[in-house]
Amino acid sequence: MAIKVLLVDDEVEFVSTLAERLSFRNFEAIWTSTIDAALQQVEAQYFDVAVLDLKMPKICGLKLKETLHKMHPDMKFIFLTGYGSEEDFQIISDQIGEEFYLVKPVDIDVLIDKINSIVKPHKKV
Amino acid sequence: MNSVPPSQTERIAFPSPGKHLMNYRRIWQTVVLLTGCVSLIPLIFITIVDYQVTQHAIESEFLLRTARVISNTQRAISFFLAERKSALNFIIKDNEFNSLLSAKRLADILENLQESFGGGFMDLGMIDSDGVQRTYIGPYQLEGKNYKNQEWFKEVVDRGNYISNVFMGYRKIPHFVIAVKRNLPDGSFYILRAAIGIDLFQKLLADLKMEGQGDAFMIDHAGTLQTTSWYYGEVLGKPPLPVPNFSEKSEVYETGKTEEDRLVIGYKFIDDSPFILMIVKERKELMEPWFRTRLKLITFLIGSITVILTVIFWTSWFMVKKIKIADHRRMISLHQVEYANKMASIGRLAANVAHEINNPLAIVNEKAGLIKDLFLFKGDYAKDERLISLVDSILASVKRAGTITKRLLTFARKFEVSIQKIDLIKLIEEVLGFFQREANHRSVTLKLTAPENIPEIESDVGKLQQIFVNIINNAFAAIHDGGCIEVTIKPKEEYWIELMITDNGGGITKSDIHRIFEPFFSTKTKSGGTGLGLSITYNLVQEIGGKITVESELGKGTTFMVTLPLSTK
Repeated sequence: MAIKVLLVDDEVEFVSTLAERLSFRNFEAIWTSTIDAALQQVEAQYFDVAVLDLKMPKICGLKLKETLHKMHPDMKFIFLTGYGSEEDFQIISDQIGEEFYLVKPVDIDVLIDKINSIVKPHKKV
Repeated sequence: MNSVPPSQTERIAFPSPGKHLMNYRRIWQTVVLLTGCVSLIPLIFITIVDYQVTQHAIESEFLLRTARVISNTQRAISFFLAERKSALNFIIKDNEFNSLLSAKRLADILENLQESFGGGFMDLGMIDSDGVQRTYIGPYQLEGKNYKNQEWFKEVVDRGNYISNVFMGYRKIPHFVIAVKRNLPDGSFYILRAAIGIDLFQKLLADLKMEGQGDAFMIDHAGTLQTTSWYYGEVLGKPPLPVPNFSEKSEVYETGKTEEDRLVIGYKFIDDSPFILMIVKERKELMEPWFRTRLKLITFLIGSITVILTVIFWTSWFMVKKIKIADHRRMISLHQVEYANKMASIGRLAANVAHEINNPLAIVNEKAGLIKDLFLFKGDYAKDERLISLVDSILASVKRAGTITKRLLTFARKFEVSIQKIDLIKLIEEVLGFFQREANHRSVTLKLTAPENIPEIESDVGKLQQIFVNIINNAFAAIHDGGCIEVTIKPKEEYWIELMITDNGGGITKSDIHRIFEPFFSTKTKSGGTGLGLSITYNLVQEIGGKITVESELGKGTTFMVTLPLSTK
């Protein structure tokens, strides 16, 4: 059963392309560029992992994560950011551990490895 | 020396230190001048006052002393004369005219006088009212001599007694005469006249013999010497001194034009006689104690001025130097803060640029990735190696750009972070990475030599970065194109790590190498060096508990050795 990935990023060009590339690699990837769309998607179906942009208009990726986590406590999260700063790194590390943090531009293989490493141990195949 | 990276010197313009530093030599001069005036003017004023008061006191003292000597001597002389005059008065009143006419009686009286008065009486004569000497006892045959027309005879007739000036007479011995008159009831009179030698007089004055060049003698009202003087000639000579104006009291006055020949003259007119007692002293001799005191005073003044000026010069120099050092320290701190702030600003700017680039870069990455995916997964172009290699080339370039932005971000962020664990090799690689472009441009070889087991150190990464940027930048300034800069890292003892930054540039002269860490010491002031780079570096190394030394050989190159503790604690 394919791993279901929700991609949320305000850069449509980026997130749509990434979703398509993941689909090629046997992931069930759904992308949204707004928070509302993301919430709708999560309400409608279950995702194994959400890949979130850390800084989006209106809301911070971390806030979104908190909301999504309440809806689906089993859901895993990976953060992407162009702001590959120490500060961001520190916040994420303090809250969820540094392995969930990636800086753009990211190599797709690195992202897939990360997804697999956090989802597979929990997913009953 | 200047160690601001050349790429940054253009942008980071330090204000010239001269604008903020005071003119210390001027301050020092002002302090010396003011303190000198405040302390020396009262001292000089007091000394001048003391000089004048003391001089005046000493002058008054010797004038008073001279007056006292005059007064005392005058009394002795007056007594001498009065005694003899009284003796003659007694004789003339005690003896009848006839009895005095007896040569034997007169001879007895003379003998008695000579015995009683211890000399002085040389002869004795009886003169009647006609001026004829009736009886005479003495060494010459003067009986019958008529004195009627002589001045002294008239004088004694008028006044009753008479003391003459000193004269030689027949005897050719200086003497004077005392004559007294007795009136008889019948209106006639007779006169007793005695010649008195001046030996006793002379003795009286000789006893007074002043200290040093002082002289005591007598003159008559015409200025003729009545006694022998030490310095103004024999008796009856004319001393080169003016006859003083008459005064009833003892007088002292000064005469002479130059300090050398000024004289202090004391005199007194002896009552009922033609004599004037004179005491003459050389002023310079009297002032001798004053000259000694004056010498002491001047020595004291010069000594005090020397000591005060030395103390003022030294203390003010010391204090101004302290102020200068403090100012320099303050300036360095300001520059350091300014430098750190500017680096942080550059860091923030770099970070923003990197962020902005990362997002489009991510899109390029994904799009190119998708193209490659399409080629591979759809299979249409899977065998077209040229297309695949083109896409791979795009992906590789994106990766390279990503590495640059990530490095920029990491570097920029480190200016804001304090103590943390640091991999020194990584840090030096990052620093060298910043110089890579310039190195390539100038064909400079950058080498890093380090064993693999270098432990992580706990330190301030921002300061470390600044330290090595400064040193390597200096090395770049020192070497020619095609030169070599080598960084060697090695553990030293148990708790230290040593980093050596060696260049093969021109080296530093021996005179400069001692001053290389001094603030504001620069050999590149004309090209905009502030002379603060290595000074700041030195302070930064101190702040993180390390040590920095330098070795250099002219023409061969320079090595900076930075020893860092494993932990700042």
